[in-house]
Amino acid sequence: MLNLNRRTLLLPLSLVLAVASLALALRLGSSDIPLIEVWGHVVADDGSINDQIIDRLRLPRALSAFAVGGLLALAGALIQVLLRNPLGDPYVLGVSGGASTAVLTAMLLAAPAAWYAPAAAAGALLSTLLVFGLARSGDDWRSERLLLTGIVVAAGWSALISFVLSISPATHLPGMLFWLMGDLADADRPGLPFAVLGTALLYCLLRARDLNIATQGLLQAAALGVDTGRLRLELYFISAVLTAVAVTAAGAVGFVGLVTPHLVRRAGGRDHRILLPVSVLLGGSLLVFADTLARTLVSPMQLPVGVLTAMIGVPVFLLLLRRQTRP
Amino acid sequence: MNALLQVRQLSVVIGGHRVCERLDLDIEPGQSWALLGRNGTGKTTLLHHLAGLRSGHTGRILLEGRDIATLAPRARARKIGALLQHSSRGFGASVLDTVLSGRHPHLPALAWEGAQDLAIAHHCIDALGLRDFTDRSLETLSGGELRRVEIARLLAQQTGVTLLDEPMNHLDIGHQAASLRVLREACVTPGRSMLMVLHDLNLAYHACDHWLILNAGGSWLAGRRDDLADPQLLGTAFGHPIERIDGAAGPMFLARL
Repeated sequence: MLNLNRRTLLLPLSLVLAVASLALALRLGSSDIPLIEVWGHVVADDGSINDQIIDRLRLPRALSAFAVGGLLALAGALIQVLLRNPLGDPYVLGVSGGASTAVLTAMLLAAPAAWYAPAAAAGALLSTLLVFGLARSGDDWRSERLLLTGIVVAAGWSALISFVLSISPATHLPGMLFWLMGDLADADRPGLPFAVLGTALLYCLLRARDLNIATQGLLQAAALGVDTGRLRLELYFISAVLTAVAVTAAGAVGFVGLVTPHLVRRAGGRDHRILLPVSVLLGGSLLVFADTLARTLVSPMQLPVGVLTAMIGVPVFLLLLRRQTRP
Repeated sequence: MNALLQVRQLSVVIGGHRVCERLDLDIEPGQSWALLGRNGTGKTTLLHHLAGLRSGHTGRILLEGRDIATLAPRARARKIGALLQHSSRGFGASVLDTVLSGRHPHLPALAWEGAQDLAIAHHCIDALGLRDFTDRSLETLSGGELRRVEIARLLAQQTGVTLLDEPMNHLDIGHQAASLRVLREACVTPGRSMLMVLHDLNLAYHACDHWLILNAGGSWLAGRRDDLADPQLLGTAFGHPIERIDGAAGPMFLARL
């Protein structure tokens, strides 16, 4: 049952934040476009330079950033339930490490860009299988063992990434490094990320009450009638797909998946029927804000957005940990 | 009378350790059972099997006449509830939300908890003396308070059979008595029955009318409490001399130091 005051406000508030982040992203850049004109350019085509900037550059990039932020936040929220540990996210578990290694290898082999998406998906799924296969003990997985296995597998991917970088031709390196740090410069096709995000969010909302109960422990959830075997498989698979799509679109962007669900929980949104949509909206907004900063902070140069999410995410996460009420 | 939970020729082995060998048990409506035995005999494992949370046994466990393994998880959880040995604080959920989660098996997949569920949850919270904690996060509760929240959640589940693994963990003597009274009133009725793992023989005697004693090696004894509350038999089961002192308020059991 919802506490109808604080929690229900989270959804409209995060919706307002999402609209504000997108409006700001469309307004700011090498050429500032007044907000009043922005909407006109979005809905109508007048052929002006500003119209081209909005329609061809800023809008697809802002929407891509929003979708990637939403994907990472949703994946983080699911992995945290899976591990029953608020330290879980696609990076900590090595899922994005697997995706990144696969994409960098494809780049090293000069594969066509169209191969990056399936490579990332394969890498993410392989990493997921690896972590859960290695962490399995008898019929069960312990969340501490999963987390530790994930950290070790992530370190393994990190070493492989260093290896791929060290044998790559110097001409490939700037693009690879930029991509590795998280880069939305080429993210101009938000259609697939949005479709995956929408489908996954809808499906997870149908399972939200099961997710609430799973935070009490999988055995307890089973005692309360949750089909935990099926839920666990769904969580692995969905979080791997979400991460793969995010990594393909924007490279390795950290901390959004870790910090966003934390923020929402601290604001009172522990119920996954609220937590999941609010995390998607907040994660999307955070990445749009971060990308707008990345484009404008040292303009005309552009920073990799992953650098900014880490610079914002690290202190925010440490602050959240310090403030967390202890039993 | 039809038993709510029937166990037939159940053998459970875990990691080479035999928990029980060909166990037969009938838990009938209105009965309360204590599951007793020394540490490591497999009481928790057996309770998980009886609750349908573990597979891999031989023999049958019938819940209201149906093999528990064939029931869908949600249907099973409407008939049998289990309090686990170890508590969990979740992600800091509130007491009310945690107790409300006991209503999960009764709700259709996409439904939200309704006024009736909320009333049941509040009733269970009140019964366990937790009214002042309703909106508190589990992270702020003591071990005993958390245990009472978990008992309240189990009561909100309103199952025919209630299994409890060491329900008195962390509870002081006053809360032990009060919680046991609430559990007996709610779960030992003409249509419902209860089985709990206990270590305190005095509580087991005064709260339960039937005992199931697990011995090392998979042998077991099951029956009416008064037939099994024999110091020699208990001494063998627990590997330590046990003295029975009969008084006006009933027997007391002591393990001499």
